[in-house]
Amino acid sequence: MADNHPQGTGWIWKTFWILLIITAVEVALGIIKPGFLLGNLFGTSILNYIFIILTLVKAYFIVAFFMHLKYEKTSFNWTIYLPALILIPYLTFIVLTEGSYMFG
Amino acid sequence: MATSTLEMDQDGKVWGGGNRPFGAPYGKLMMWFFLISDALTFSGFLTAYGMIRFKNEMTWPVAEDVFTHFPFLEGDHPLLYVALMTFILIMSSVTMVLAVHAGDHMNKKGVILWMFLTIIGGAIFLGSQAWEWYHFIIGDKGAIELKDQNIVHVVGADGETISFSQLIHGLEEGHASNHGEEFAQEEVFAAFRANESYTLKEPGKAGKTFSRSEALDALNSASAVQGANMRHNEYGKQQFANFFFFITGFHGFHVFSGVVLNFIIFYNVLLGTYERRGHYKMVEKVGLYWHFVDLVWVFVFTFFYLV
Repeated sequence: MADNHPQGTGWIWKTFWILLIITAVEVALGIIKPGFLLGNLFGTSILNYIFIILTLVKAYFIVAFFMHLKYEKTSFNWTIYLPALILIPYLTFIVLTEGSYMFG
Repeated sequence: MATSTLEMDQDGKVWGGGNRPFGAPYGKLMMWFFLISDALTFSGFLTAYGMIRFKNEMTWPVAEDVFTHFPFLEGDHPLLYVALMTFILIMSSVTMVLAVHAGDHMNKKGVILWMFLTIIGGAIFLGSQAWEWYHFIIGDKGAIELKDQNIVHVVGADGETISFSQLIHGLEEGHASNHGEEFAQEEVFAAFRANESYTLKEPGKAGKTFSRSEALDALNSASAVQGANMRHNEYGKQQFANFFFFITGFHGFHVFSGVVLNFIIFYNVLLGTYERRGHYKMVEKVGLYWHFVDLVWVFVFTFFYLV
């Protein structure tokens, strides 16, 4: 474990509250579905972009703090992040692009 | 363990062994590599889901119309139940970090307490998922499957979906959900034909509504469907049910494996194995797996229930 590891358990609860609040905001938006966020932007609604961005923020907090990656060495960080950051958007791009040729 | 001692040795013997370029134990690194491959598996599932959904955008079932139940409450409560499941999983992630934290301080009692709570949280999540599957499988309102395998729902004049229960027992007597009551196809069709104001409508945000004569025509070669399984799905497109079972099932199996692994480590903590070993690194490794399960759920929650 690296030396810059935080002491105490305060950071754990802080991460918990961040995750909880983001989830609550997502659920509230999902139930209310504010009309002004339903406008279309590049094929899907603005609300969906908000959901995806909030999800990525949550994912970052889980990986960086709960899974401790923030306190590992930089080389370790890149070893984990790079394959995911290259391959997953690539896969998404390929599948959605090729998929748009299905049935026509 | 100070990182500085793990850096390259002073004599410059890079190939002499004993270097730890990542400054992490072997097992932890391998757990991370496994998790990357698992993340790619799940992203494969979710992108496949996204593609099929995108192709059927107009009639794809809207999640809020499908997952509306909440224990002990009547009526529609979209999203609340999955929000609760998400909360349970995040909470059990917190107790897992606390267990790892206690392990770092060689606090055996703390590890026992927090790991125990993590296992309980995982078990509650699995139970919640079983409950949700149960309601998904027995079905909600019932639907008509047309000759071309498209699913349509019975709707009243105001466009509200009518359940089989309301169709047969009347709007006052019947329930908005069938509650597992099974209805014979002839009974459903006869009740539909008898009520002039009812027609059929495709699910989804832009499903088309049939005219009364189109509906009566379509009924001649249709069948009544209740519930969802791998062959029929009353909520709409068949792939929706298949992806639901597959993705949440695969995730649920991960949770199950996580609970089993947690239990094995918990048992070893009780036996004092790690106390004798001098460190609680095993707790940290299963912790990584457990957080990953939470991480995947965050994405499943977004792409299955929210978007």
